[in-house]
Amino acid sequence: MAVFGALGFAAPWLLAGLLALPVLWFLLRAVPPAPVRRKFPAVSLLLGLKDDEHQSDKTPWWLLLLRMLAVAAVIIGLAGPVLNPDSRQNGRGPLLVVLDATWASAADWRGRIARLEPMLAEAGRNGRSVAVLSLTAPAQVTFQDASAVIEGLPGLVPAPWSPRFDVVLPDGNFETWWLSDGLEYEGRGTLAEDLAARGNLTVFETGRTPVVLRTPLAEGGEVALTAERLRPGAAEEMQISALGPDPSGVERVLGTATAQFEAGATEATTNMDLPTELRARVGRFAIDGLRSAGAVTLTDDRMQRREVALIDGGRDREAIDLLSPLHYLRQALEPTADLLDGSLEDILLANPDSIILADVARLAPQEEEQLLEWIEGGGQLVRFAGPRLAASDVSRDAEDPLLPVRLRAGGRSVGGAMSWGDPKTLAPFPDSSPFVGLALPDDVDVTSQVMAQPDPTLSERVIASLADGTPLVTRKAHGAGQIVLFHVTANAEWSSLPLSGLFVQMLERLSISSRTERPDAAQLEGTTWQPAQVLDGFGRLQSGDSLPGVAGTNLFERPLGTDLRPGLYESEGRRLSRNLIEEDTILAPVVWPASVTVQPLVAPDSQPLGGVFLTLAALLLTADLLASLAVGGRLRRGVAATLAGLFILSVPVETRAQEDMPSVPDDQILAAGEVTFANILTGDATLDALSLAAMRGLSRTLFDRTSVEPSEPRSVDLERDELAFYPLLYWPITPEQQRPSDAAYAKLNEYLRGGGMVLFDTRDADTSRFGANSPEGQKLRELAAPLDIPPLEPIPEDHVLTRAFYLLQDFPGRYSSRDVWVEAAPEDAIQIEGMPFRDLNDGVTPVVVGGNDWASAWAIDDAGYSLRTVGRGYTGERQREMAFRFGVNLVMHVLTGNYKSDQVHVPALLDRLGQ
Amino acid sequence: MTEAPHLRSRAEVLAAAYPPLLASAERLAANVQLGDHGRKRAGAGEAFWQYRQLQTGDDARMIDWRRSARGEEQFIKQREWQIAQSALLWVDQASSMNFASAQGLPSKADRARLIGMATAVLLVRGGERVALGAVLPPRRGTGQLERIAGALVQDRPDDYGVPDLSPMVPNSRALIVSDFLGDIEPLKKVLTRAAGRGIRGALLQVLDPAEEEFPFRGRTIFESMSGGVRHETLRADTLRERYLSRLAERKAELADVALQTGWMVGHHHTSETAQGALLWVYQAVQGST
Repeated sequence: MAVFGALGFAAPWLLAGLLALPVLWFLLRAVPPAPVRRKFPAVSLLLGLKDDEHQSDKTPWWLLLLRMLAVAAVIIGLAGPVLNPDSRQNGRGPLLVVLDATWASAADWRGRIARLEPMLAEAGRNGRSVAVLSLTAPAQVTFQDASAVIEGLPGLVPAPWSPRFDVVLPDGNFETWWLSDGLEYEGRGTLAEDLAARGNLTVFETGRTPVVLRTPLAEGGEVALTAERLRPGAAEEMQISALGPDPSGVERVLGTATAQFEAGATEATTNMDLPTELRARVGRFAIDGLRSAGAVTLTDDRMQRREVALIDGGRDREAIDLLSPLHYLRQALEPTADLLDGSLEDILLANPDSIILADVARLAPQEEEQLLEWIEGGGQLVRFAGPRLAASDVSRDAEDPLLPVRLRAGGRSVGGAMSWGDPKTLAPFPDSSPFVGLALPDDVDVTSQVMAQPDPTLSERVIASLADGTPLVTRKAHGAGQIVLFHVTANAEWSSLPLSGLFVQMLERLSISSRTERPDAAQLEGTTWQPAQVLDGFGRLQSGDSLPGVAGTNLFERPLGTDLRPGLYESEGRRLSRNLIEEDTILAPVVWPASVTVQPLVAPDSQPLGGVFLTLAALLLTADLLASLAVGGRLRRGVAATLAGLFILSVPVETRAQEDMPSVPDDQILAAGEVTFANILTGDATLDALSLAAMRGLSRTLFDRTSVEPSEPRSVDLERDELAFYPLLYWPITPEQQRPSDAAYAKLNEYLRGGGMVLFDTRDADTSRFGANSPEGQKLRELAAPLDIPPLEPIPEDHVLTRAFYLLQDFPGRYSSRDVWVEAAPEDAIQIEGMPFRDLNDGVTPVVVGGNDWASAWAIDDAGYSLRTVGRGYTGERQREMAFRFGVNLVMHVLTGNYKSDQVHVPALLDRLGQ
Repeated sequence: MTEAPHLRSRAEVLAAAYPPLLASAERLAANVQLGDHGRKRAGAGEAFWQYRQLQTGDDARMIDWRRSARGEEQFIKQREWQIAQSALLWVDQASSMNFASAQGLPSKADRARLIGMATAVLLVRGGERVALGAVLPPRRGTGQLERIAGALVQDRPDDYGVPDLSPMVPNSRALIVSDFLGDIEPLKKVLTRAAGRGIRGALLQVLDPAEEEFPFRGRTIFESMSGGVRHETLRADTLRERYLSRLAERKAELADVALQTGWMVGHHHTSETAQGALLWVYQAVQGST
């Protein structure tokens, strides 16, 4: 680096480029400015005129100056100018670099190493030997060549524990640089004095203040989170995230909260809303964007509330609470667990962590099966004995799958008024027991219990026993879960165990309940905890599989170190976390002796100016661009185009959501609002008019005779009109009809599936039986082929059409043929003896097919007179009446489905009941 | 582009200040077209001339019964013999006319159309038959005005217009409005032919102030409106003197041609008012009787 006064250049040879500027001046002068294009009709008069001189108009001097300045700024900017370049380092002799290397320096660790590296390199260039001493992982100090030390720098990582100061210093005098993390530790002052005695001691500190996350406190649905920083500073916001697996096991952010440091405050508290379900899944809380073990807090059972279901056998017993088998369990579990009540079947759906059966002897086979399945999947069944269990035969001869042992009949009573012997006390817990280490209170005695049958497997299933060796608590594994039996009741009837603190501790050990406070050493006595996940100094989780287990007494007592890392520890299905920052951790800023010089690690006065010059060059070039456009007469167009572009980009297009709604014609609204019948247009004008008149006649008949009051009928075009509004479509068939389009067929099928009905009328019943090869019949087959029509059959005698309103036997129109077809009844419909009709309760036939020319019989004119004659004289009118009745029945069938089919059963049912 | 009805209404406003322009009825006898030029004798026409006693040979239906009922004798109502003259109008619609040097100035085409249309309005109001170049044959009446307005607003794609007085109605009057910046030879031919047929008239040169002053500097590429002709110069300001002399030459040429053919030449700049130009046209047509 070349230094001129206060200005240094990283690449000074680039400045030689400035010499080229005068050359550039002449070059730029030689090139004329871009010509102005002008529209000028009188150009015809100019043709042939020659310029006097060949020298063009010169580029204006100010434009040239602008360009020269821009180029000069680029050259200077690229030369890497630095204001007040760092030119420290004037020591001699060996150099010892002491690193605190703790989690507190992890947040800016990379910056520290990056800063340290050039410092060491400079020392190396000055011929000094160098050594690095990491206080969190002290090793033998040997002074080496600087390059060798620099190679080892990336291997240095911050540790998630405190530094040690009992290090062995090398002989001789040396200069010391101490990269401190800014925290006060015991013994730091002593080491500083020792180091100062050996030579010059310089302490480097970064401006970064360590921030830690305190142990979260769960209160109701909220978790109180406290962040603390070492030194008060400006107001600051920190986002804290709760991380944990989602139901599929992928780690996700389960909740976030923002902690707000007030200016001058060192603590910031916030509450995070976390429902219990979510809270149970939270694995750790972490301050976002802070790579430090101090900013991470692992959660354990203390944060989680287990779901426990309580079921007792005496639900019908009207007893006072204190005698309830569940009372003491409820009292013990309520503060720490979520209790579920309800029937076993409902509870199993909720998949609780544990189910407690208090004095339940037998379960229904299905319940038993489900319960076993749940245990196999990892559930824990805890059973308490009681009078019912003792009196039952359960697990008498063969082991019941839901009990860990076989039981003797009746149980036993000791120490009562009518029995010999004293109440029994508890024996110390065996080593294999989950209760090992729990202190035995003296006042726990047992007066009654159920007795286990001696078995080869009994001894390994006992996890607590009485002083006389009889089992008190037994368990067996089943699948991934386990079954635990307390041989006493869950209330104080048989023993005083439920009254003691031991009961609660036992429940804890069985992870039925979980503590919200940190257990002390005595409670952890005898347990061994295996690290599941441990934190490194950056706050990253690593697997703890390869690390040795930790004795329960040491878990919270020993200081953290290589053999006890902060992390999550597991034992017997319980999980505890040892965090870097526990409730009692105190953060204090370091106070150095007055003799020690403290320097900021990053030289603040060295300011690279390259960016400033390059920005200046960019601005100058922009100005040059605008000026060139102005000189060339294009400025207005260019600027206008730019502005227009910006305007188009920035102006949102105004749209309204309502504009997308299709407008609905009034007649469709009317058709949808009332019952409306329609005929399908065939293209034959006479027939279409007749069909519409027929619909009018049918509508009027319905209006007169029934509560169906249809509105004016309509003619629909299959291609254009919406069909969904019409319950019944009348479709007369003519041989000349156009086949509808595919879209119309799709619409028709939709209509039929949606419950609509089409009445096909071939109008040829006088000449042809249905199914014969009349032209209309053929056309009908062609038309109906793409339709989604179920199998058909001629109307059976018991079809609901025969009785939907009128009782009918045939269905005449203008012609009286019995060939009218409807959807076939299911094959398995059988007529019950004595019943008039088959039990056909489902569906409305989507099509009715016939050839009776109903339109001619129904059609009336505006005055109400019939348009076509039917038959002759009175019989003809009778036939027309029947045709109308068929129409009424048809509409009733469409509108009410098989309602009439149900009604007809009533007399038969009454008859059967003997009334 | 100017819309036809708009052009018409503006032209009517401009023309309203003038008495109907009656083109001088030179040699009317030969030009046997009906029009408003009274012949001071009875004949076909619309204005009343005299009542005359019924003479032998007169048709009975020619009797004016209203007049005859006042006395014993029968009278015939005679009208004055009226003859119209044809006026040939040609307005340059080439793209060179679509030039305006500054915002706020009308383009030359705009001004030329306005003057041409106003002249047509005056002529039609005077009862003349007006033809528009080769596009519209001479006809009279307000319908013709609308047709002229419709035809005038159309642009032509070529750079410079060539005057066209195709109908060449003998002894009619003509007005040519253009910038006369294109080749002058076709104009000479047209004017010579027209003079041969006894057509006389006026040339109105419409120029933009920029074309008159040439206020340009620096390196410039001059392009004709359609871009077909271009001239590049390194220093435009040095061309000014020579350009102005060429323009003066062109004007002198125009004056020469006009002098030879008996036409009149007028100059008009778009920065001036259209009234002035119309006044000149009015006088040119009136005064050359």
